[in-house]
Order: sequence, then C-alpha cells, then structure tokens
Amino acid sequence: MIRFENVRKRYPAGREALRGVSFRLEKGEMAFLTGSSGAGKSTLLKLVALIERPTRGTVLVANQNTARVPRRRIPQFRRQIGIVFQDHKLLHDRTVFDNVALPLMISSLWRRELRGRVRAALDQVGLLRYENQFPLSLSSGEQQRVGIARAVASRPQLVIADEPTGNLDPGLSLEIMRLFGRFNDVGTTVLIATHDLELISRMGYRRLSLAAGRMAVPAAEPG
Amino acid sequence: MDMIARYLSLHIENMTGAVARVAGRPLGSLMTTLVIAIALVVPAGLRVMVDNARALSGTWQGAADFTVYLEMAVEEPAAEALAQQIGQRNDVERAELLNRSDALSEFRAWSGFGEALDLLDENPLPHAVIVRPAGTGADLDLLVRELDALEETALVQLDTEWLERLRAILDLARRVLYVTTVMLGLDLILLIGNTIRREIGNRREEIEIIKLVGGSDGYIRRPFLYLGLCYGVGAGILAALIIVVGLGMVASPARALMELYGSNYRLAGLSLADAAWLLGVGGFLGWAGAGIAVARHLRDIEPS
Repeated sequence: MIRFENVRKRYPAGREALRGVSFRLEKGEMAFLTGSSGAGKSTLLKLVALIERPTRGTVLVANQNTARVPRRRIPQFRRQIGIVFQDHKLLHDRTVFDNVALPLMISSLWRRELRGRVRAALDQVGLLRYENQFPLSLSSGEQQRVGIARAVASRPQLVIADEPTGNLDPGLSLEIMRLFGRFNDVGTTVLIATHDLELISRMGYRRLSLAAGRMAVPAAEPG
Repeated sequence: MDMIARYLSLHIENMTGAVARVAGRPLGSLMTTLVIAIALVVPAGLRVMVDNARALSGTWQGAADFTVYLEMAVEEPAAEALAQQIGQRNDVERAELLNRSDALSEFRAWSGFGEALDLLDENPLPHAVIVRPAGTGADLDLLVRELDALEETALVQLDTEWLERLRAILDLARRVLYVTTVMLGLDLILLIGNTIRREIGNRREEIEIIKLVGGSDGYIRRPFLYLGLCYGVGAGILAALIIVVGLGMVASPARALMELYGSNYRLAGLSLADAAWLLGVGGFLGWAGAGIAVARHLRDIEPS
C-alpha cells in the first residue's frame, strides 16, 4: 500500500528531515511509526498525503507514484486516504454530524446515502448520540474520535494518523489505538505515528522506527 | 439523471449557504452591500438622467423649426409655390407658408401691440415660410445657406443653436457615462474581490481542512463565488431601490420645472429592463470579483 524508496526530504530552510528512507507497508497491514520528536515521523506522513513532496527518491501510495500526481489531481488522490491529526482539525462551527460528513459531501454523495454512512462511522467510534452537538462541547478524547470517524467515513483503503493520542491519558489512548485496530481488522491499511512506546508495546503490531531521518533496523520485536 | 440532480442539489446547497452567511451578519453584510450598491447607483442614476435629458430634447423637435422671411414684393401665389418647393427638398421634413395676414392676426394676438397696428395703413409683415429641417449639424447649415441665397428670401432666422449645443453636451455626457461605468465596474470588481479575500482569510482553517480531506479547488471555490454573486445581486436590488426612491424625490420639482417651460414631459423612471440589467450586471461583477479573488488567494492556502 505504501512504498518508500530511498526517500530524502530537505526543507527550504535547509533542515534535512528524511535522509534516505525505504520501507513497505503491505495492503491490510497496520504499523506504528515511532521515533523521538524531530525524527521525521510527521514529514513521512506528509509525504504519504502529498502535503509535501520528496526532494529525492520515490513514494508510492496505492500503486501510484506520488511524483506523477499533478497539483490538480491531489484532491482525488487524498480521497483514498483518511487522515487523523493530533489536534483533530475539526470545524467548530459545524456539528459533529457535519464534520464527519465533510469528506462525503466533497465527493457529492447523495444525501440519503450520506446520512447512513455518517451515522455508521459515528456508531463505530461510539459517538452516535452526539451527532447534533458541536465539537467544543465534547472532551478531547471524544473530539479525537470524531476526527477518526471523519477519516473512515468515506471508507478509505488507507488511514494515516499523526500522534492521534498525543493529548490523551493512557486509558483513552489505548481505547483510540484499539479503534484503529478494529478498522484494520476489516481490511483497512493503517499507519500511526506515535512516540508512546509503552502503549504500542502492549499492542503487538509492526513497528517502524525513525531516528534522525533514517529508518532504524527494526529492534527485536516480540514475534 | 442522478448525477445532474446531485450536482443541482450541491449548487442549491451552496447558494442557500451563501445567503445564510450574508444573513448571518446582517449589519456587516448590509454595509458591504450598500458600498457596492452605491458604486452601481452612480452610473445607473447618470444613465437615467441622460436618457431623460435626451428624451426631453427630442420632444423639443418643434424648437428646431426656423423661419424664412420673404421679400415684401413676393406675392402670395409665388410664396405658396416657394413653400411647396422647399417642402419637397430631401433635407426638409416640412415647410409651411405663414401668410402675411395670418401672421398679422397672430402678432396682434400675442404681441399686445394690437391698437398700435390698427394705426398702420397696411400690413408691415411679409409672407414667411416655416421650415422643419430633417437633418442637424452640417446638413442644417447647408440648408440654411441655400435658403438664404434664394432671390425671394429676405432673412433666415435660426434660433436653434442652443438646441444643437444641448445635443452636443448630451453626447458628451453619454461618453462620460460610458467611461464612468467602466471605471465603477472595475471598482466594483475590486470591492467584491476585497470582501471575498477577507472572507477567505477568515475561513483559512476551514479551507485547509477541506483540502486535507480531498476537497477539489472547485468545491472550495464555489461557496465564495456564490457569496460574490449574492453580494452583487443584493447590491443590484438595493441600487434599483435607491434610484426609484431618488427619482420619486425629484419627480415633483422636475414636473414643476417642466410646467414652467410649458412642457408636460414626465420623468421616465427605472424601467423593468433597466432594473433587470442592474441586477444582472451586479451579479456578474460580483461573481467575477469573487472569481478573481479566489483564483489569487486560494492557491496560497495549503495545509502544512
């Protein structure tokens, strides 16, 4: 699903965030991307979502070479990816329902169909009862679940998340990670960037470690 | 079929969304719309004024008539023949003989010299031909010169120069109107563009998020275009109202003035076609202004 081949990324300011990263994430796989802050986790995810483009090397997502996706095709490219952010990135002047409906409205889905899909997504994250509330009336953990519902509402084949549990206590964090696990169980490919090593060690998914812009040799993992 | 229905429902959603956005901040929106409306009122109001002045100068066609006084020696049958001859010219619309006895009684009635005239032994007035020219400007000059050169002519009295001047002034006013209209149209595009630019700034975060979940440029652009359209049409309606009210305010003094000049000309108001034009132009410029603003500023907003 994701393939990086010797990818380098240097920002205009001169900082080299990635210095030759190669890895593959197979279809249906779930993996954690770890590393201390500044290791290049966010940059790697941005390259997947075409928020940034690599300075060198090749990034393939769903068999598409991102270098061959022109600017005007980026929206269509992004629709196959669900993105979850540390700061949720919800629209505070719209209800929970409307927030989750956003990616579906963009693909001009028919109203009736849209309603069912949004409610299904909200049900999956356990927030159906809040559909008419505004995001700010929810707790941080609940807001993050709204963000996840939005990411999966259009049933993307790939979900990426950047520190989705960054602001949550350990109990809530585990719950959020299990949620991702459930989406993976039904075939969605999932890549989550996190620095919470303790949490992921209890979950047993594949781990990709970044250190100073390079992919570290996978440490001895259980299994 | 389904695709079309979907597409339409999306547009209707955007349109109602734009109206809701405008209505959601009534005061700010009213101010913006008013500023745009005033930019529309100036050329549209000028146009109504110039049209009225032109129509009015048209009703003064009678004032373009001039008089050819004949020599005293010319007898009535010869004068009659001459009037007919003049009337057949291509550059003359109509020529009529004013016979000297009619002229005398007319003069007696209008001048107040009735009793003094009675003292005269004979009619001091000559026969005269009243000519309504077909042309203006150089054609008219030529006609006057030719009639003046006739053997029978004593004097050609032309007092229509002021009308010519008025027409020239009106032509100039129309030209000024075109220039003003173009300039204010540009002004309007900039105004709406600026309003939309601010709106884009306010909704920066929303635009970023929509781009992140895969919203196309078209999807992001549409609400702003509708907002521009909304402001433009709203300003058009407001401008039409302002002109109607303004004309209502000057109508009665204008009528009083016309009556002083013995004219029963009525001020023409804003026609339905003009009003539709105003709305159409407002809407188009609103859409265009928004389009330019969106094209310039939406590209700058990218998620990071």
